[in-house]
Amino acid sequence: MEAISALNTSAGEAFKPRIGVYVCHCGLNIAQTVDCRKVAQLSTELDSVVVSKNIDYACSEPGQQEIRDDIKEHGLDRIVIASCSPRLHEPTFRQMMQSAGLNPFLLEMANLREQCSWVHINEPEAATEKAFDLVKMAVSRVSLLKPLYPETLPLTKRTLVIGGGVAGIQAALDLADNGYEVVMVEKNPSIGGVMAQLDKTFPTMDCSI
Amino acid sequence: MTDVGRHPRIKLHTLTEVVDVKGYVGNFQVKLLKKARYVDEKECTFCGDCVEVCPVVRPDEFNLGLSSRRAIYSPFPQAVPASYVVNINECLGHNPSVCAKCVEACEKKCINFHMSDEEIVEKVGSIIVATGFAPYDPKEVDEYGYTRFENVLTSLEFERLVNAGGPSQGKLIRPTDMKPPKSIGFIQCVGSRSAIKGGEYCSNTCCMNTIKSTLVIKEHSPDIEVKVFHIDIRAFGKGFEELYKRSRRLGVKYIRGLPGTAEEIENKSLRIAIENTVTGKIEFHELDMLVLAIGIRPEKGNRKLQEMLGLQMTPDGFFLEAHPKLQPVDAATRGIFFAGCAESPKDIRDSVTQASAAAARAIRLMHKGEIVTEPITSEIIIEKCTSCGKCAEVCPYNAITVDKNKKTPASVNSAACAGCGTCAAECPFDAITMNHFTDDQIINQIDAMFENKPDTKILVFACNWCSYAGADYAGVSRLQYPSNVRLIRTMCSGRVDEKFIWEGFERGAPVILVSGCHFGDCHYIDANHWTEKRIHKVRNKMEKLGIRPERLQLKWISAAEGIIFAKFMGTMEALRQQVSQEEINETIEILKNRKRKMIDKNTA
Repeated sequence: MEAISALNTSAGEAFKPRIGVYVCHCGLNIAQTVDCRKVAQLSTELDSVVVSKNIDYACSEPGQQEIRDDIKEHGLDRIVIASCSPRLHEPTFRQMMQSAGLNPFLLEMANLREQCSWVHINEPEAATEKAFDLVKMAVSRVSLLKPLYPETLPLTKRTLVIGGGVAGIQAALDLADNGYEVVMVEKNPSIGGVMAQLDKTFPTMDCSI
Repeated sequence: MTDVGRHPRIKLHTLTEVVDVKGYVGNFQVKLLKKARYVDEKECTFCGDCVEVCPVVRPDEFNLGLSSRRAIYSPFPQAVPASYVVNINECLGHNPSVCAKCVEACEKKCINFHMSDEEIVEKVGSIIVATGFAPYDPKEVDEYGYTRFENVLTSLEFERLVNAGGPSQGKLIRPTDMKPPKSIGFIQCVGSRSAIKGGEYCSNTCCMNTIKSTLVIKEHSPDIEVKVFHIDIRAFGKGFEELYKRSRRLGVKYIRGLPGTAEEIENKSLRIAIENTVTGKIEFHELDMLVLAIGIRPEKGNRKLQEMLGLQMTPDGFFLEAHPKLQPVDAATRGIFFAGCAESPKDIRDSVTQASAAAARAIRLMHKGEIVTEPITSEIIIEKCTSCGKCAEVCPYNAITVDKNKKTPASVNSAACAGCGTCAAECPFDAITMNHFTDDQIINQIDAMFENKPDTKILVFACNWCSYAGADYAGVSRLQYPSNVRLIRTMCSGRVDEKFIWEGFERGAPVILVSGCHFGDCHYIDANHWTEKRIHKVRNKMEKLGIRPERLQLKWISAAEGIIFAKFMGTMEALRQQVSQEEINETIEILKNRKRKMIDKNTA
């Protein structure tokens, strides 16, 4: 907790964040519709943005390395990645932040692919305008983000398998053979499921049980 | 199967259903309801003496009613656990004991009518959902006469009929005359690929199941004439095409076209009428027996489980994976995995593959023996808290404690807090910070969005699990919608504070949409009920202030409903076009006055 309060003070009013913005092409997935170069260029003007670049594949190893190098060289403390959905690559970039010595929660993603280039394929100008808006929103948010620290909790090394058909049986055996406790729940009087009712099964043409 | 029964690390509960799930990844408490078996499964030696004396005869479910069983029975010879079970609703011998013949016959004394249903609580760290499927019931496809004509069977009934352990000991006979049929027809896609009856999807297994059945027939009785009526044959897997070719080589006729009707003719045989779509001609075929290749339907209990575990479903009723390519066995809820037909129709091989994958994913989660929690939880600002108790009231996880009488400030149990942010949105005193989704952070996003040309833009609040994922799905599906839409993501729609909406309108928003999961789908149990209440309240306030309430919309969109998301953006754009610049300016004025009055009130 001490660490949090210490960093909170450093993120206080006098503190001026140093933000890096990376506009990803995602090959042509984004770049075919959105003018990534322009978005990156416009973003240099945003408050607290120190570095703003367009980048071929932000998630690739060279892409991540470039960002890590910039973090070091320019003393960046917050990163905006304008690429795909955070539901896809947020964990990737959080790890990248961590390996560069930053708190992984000082990252914000702008969703330029699933929610911009792919859904406005025939409107490159409007999509570019939207992309810049999304970056601007991300920059304004990232500047107020605070470092967060996950807690570690004990875990029960035991799995509940609901259903005793062929899938449940296989999962339960794999887990149990790996040394994990399994609780299997089956609503019928016997396990086996529909599989047990089948005659010979392809390709071995033997009994299913 | 027997490996499961005797594995030292597998605890098997049969006749059991999950009735409640509490907790979170790594630490779930699962309440089970175990129905009484009335036979001690550990003591039972499976000798069968009890069955012999039981006077009650009932249709055997395992053989789909093609044979009979007693009220005390074993579902099938290889059952696990190898123990008899009493169907207490059919039994004549309990309370008051009238029959009890089985009790007398049992030497080991393991039949006990005093057994009762049990509630069991199990603690687990992860859950694998492998609830399977329900075979399609083809009664509604009345044109094929299933149940009207005795020689029309489902593919599953056919499986039992040719099974050595089945009702005819594996002899292929017609149900009406117990004689081997001379001709058999298979009708494909019964309950699959139909917009009207069954599901619109392909059930994946029926083509190969039929091909296998034709081989079984031809291998035993090469003289039986076999015809397969189909839309097309989908033999796409490893070795499938070879099997299909073998079937054709053995003389099975594959006819493209699904029959329109089946009628019974003399001798209880069947006559079907089809349009052969290769020749374009109407044909009639007379067959001794008809087999309907029934599709795979979602298991009926899935809905209940979905609500208990906070899972998502496709519109078809199968469970939705977290990502179709990168996390095909994970649920969006951490710690829960899918295996088999619960997730989508699949054959044995694919079910086994997915089950092993699910086990590996569960091990990946558990092997360290500890779980790292997301620090996205709420925190109380003690100086501002008045101990009103609103936060504790709305928390779906009972993670907040507050003593209203003693006026002790609220406190959050961060291990139990799942991070929906409903408390922060509901707190009337701004005494709660929702980490990573603070008021300032979100308001900053709103302000940035409306910096330029606010009148042209549509603000959409979307929850991480459903509507934001639905928007992503619209993208993956390349559905096009108006480019003036801007999404702000929160973990739950419950986080959308009233003040965010006022902020949006004050900044010149023409329209605002708050979107989230459907009721029952909410990732945070029922936090979205508070969203609905709040939106209702805000709309009432808008009306009183003279702002058209239609400018604030609420829409539930699931992660699978990309089409609905894209379509609704069109609706929002139509609404936006009805809002004039004058109306926006007027709203801004109204809200500025309101703010001024509130400040005056507070300072007075």
